[in-house]
Amino acid sequence: MLGYITRRLLVAVPTILVIITVAFFMMRIAPGGPFDMEQPMPEQIRQNILAHFGMDQPLWKQYVDYLAGLVRGDLGPSLKFRDKTVADIIAEGFPISATIGLLSISLALMIGSVLGSLAALRQNTAADFGVVGFATVGIVIPPFVVGPVLSLVVGIYLGWLPSGGLDPRHGMTIERLILPVVTLALPQIAIISRLMRASMIEVIRSNYIRTARAKGLSAGAVITRHAMRSAILPLVSYLGPAAAALLTGSIVIEQVFSLPGIGRQFVFAALQRDYTVVMGVVILYASLIIVLNLVADLLYAALNPKVKYD
Amino acid sequence: MVFTSTPSEKAGLMEASAVQGRSLWDDARARLMRNKAAVASMILLAVLVFLAFIGPLIWIHDSTEIYRDRVQIPPTWDNWHIFGTDAQGRDLFARTLVGLRMSLLVGVVATAVSLVIGVLWGATAGFLGGRTDQIMMRIVDVLYSIPFIFFVIILMVVFGRNIILIFVAIGAVEWLTMARIVRGQTISLRAMEFVEAAQAAGVSQASIIRRHVVPNVLGPVVVYVTLTIPAVILAESFLSFLGLGVQEPLTSLGNLIANGARDMEIANWTLFFPAATMMITLFCFNFIGDGLRDAIDPKDR
Repeated sequence: MLGYITRRLLVAVPTILVIITVAFFMMRIAPGGPFDMEQPMPEQIRQNILAHFGMDQPLWKQYVDYLAGLVRGDLGPSLKFRDKTVADIIAEGFPISATIGLLSISLALMIGSVLGSLAALRQNTAADFGVVGFATVGIVIPPFVVGPVLSLVVGIYLGWLPSGGLDPRHGMTIERLILPVVTLALPQIAIISRLMRASMIEVIRSNYIRTARAKGLSAGAVITRHAMRSAILPLVSYLGPAAAALLTGSIVIEQVFSLPGIGRQFVFAALQRDYTVVMGVVILYASLIIVLNLVADLLYAALNPKVKYD
Repeated sequence: MVFTSTPSEKAGLMEASAVQGRSLWDDARARLMRNKAAVASMILLAVLVFLAFIGPLIWIHDSTEIYRDRVQIPPTWDNWHIFGTDAQGRDLFARTLVGLRMSLLVGVVATAVSLVIGVLWGATAGFLGGRTDQIMMRIVDVLYSIPFIFFVIILMVVFGRNIILIFVAIGAVEWLTMARIVRGQTISLRAMEFVEAAQAAGVSQASIIRRHVVPNVLGPVVVYVTLTIPAVILAESFLSFLGLGVQEPLTSLGNLIANGARDMEIANWTLFFPAATMMITLFCFNFIGDGLRDAIDPKDR
């Protein structure tokens, strides 16, 4: 078990290194730079600024320096925000993105697994068709349509919830989180209920469920104690891809609801050629995806006695 | 599409199959034709494709023509602005058709890119097996853990919003799952007698892959293609929504939706029509994909 985790993490190191290298050189061959202003600045000042950030060095030297910084845990300064390091920017934005992502996936898992099980247990009834229909709609309607429509209807026409973003003075209150979380969760609810329905249908046809029924267990106990346990396995292996989808989704959600999260920072930084911030966010997200995939695999092994890692 | 056929053709096939015995594909086609949602989706999609590619040529308004005196008018029969006009005074119906054309084009071309890479990669890995297979699939695993959308965003920023680059970038992201599916199929095919026979007859590896393996992996691949096209359309509109997709004067459904979302408080039709068009298109692809999967792999029925 421990050996398995160590091996997985050892494979992750070259992966991250490849990601860093590709991102680093891709950003640098881009035309334009972080210090291109509308009016060109005097050459001397420009040279001084470049020297200050070590950008007057040859590219390979900058790359080596950057890696050396990373080993020390230093993501470097932001090139666009004076007096802010990349770590500062991540520390400001990441809690917002993480809160919304965690709430969304929890909501999606709860609602999705309940809806999916209900549909499976009442297969080919109106309830089943309702869930399947909803799931298809949820996959097809993109979050950047749901978001604006929800904030228009609920926020402006009905006036129930604030439609704007997270005002730093108010912080993350529940009313301000509801719309973004629901918007981000909707496609995940759809996917999870589809997965749950399919696996539940397969499970309740299996022999050991028939045995459980035959020995006189109540219908509820059969479902919660026997069927659920193996029916949620596909959901666990979906957690890795779901994490990636949430990260992507959060870029849109933060744009739609003008939330000062990390996804919006990333798009802004990429457009502004803020090399270090782009690198920092890419590294953060790549590590997150790797760790979450590992956690999902371990959870899968813990729940499924047939799977063993060693 | 491989599976669509005119009614007369279909009847001919059914007649022939009564005598000759039914192939896997005849069975699949018959099952698909019984699926009402899939058939309706195919018809609707054909209409949409026709509108998107022929519509802009014959519609009375040009998608780029600006009517200064008709800015943001709601849908009306006057002057045939049946979808209304946008914030610049352009006919929204014409723009929606042009946007749909672009979205379909991106969907098909990028999926084709992913298809070529994925099938070649997966078939090679699965067929050669051993170390080569391990290394090739390891690479796929590593690529899976890359936050690709970030790389697509960086690509767009770095090389400008080049339309060909959008095709390639999205296609390059989508080929991973294709490669896995094809590899799995290929491995099970490799053990089949007819492949062994070909090997015994001294056929080269390359032509075994081309002649025997690729045609037989087609089923799952076709299903996955119909599900990849809508995913690609979504990915492109996601980029367009962030302002990183296709650029004016070109437009895509994602672009139109982004503009509509900006103006929705005063002109909700500018959001409604492009969004509805996109949803209907994606619905069609999803129903066709589901129908194909049930038709080709009927074990769930």
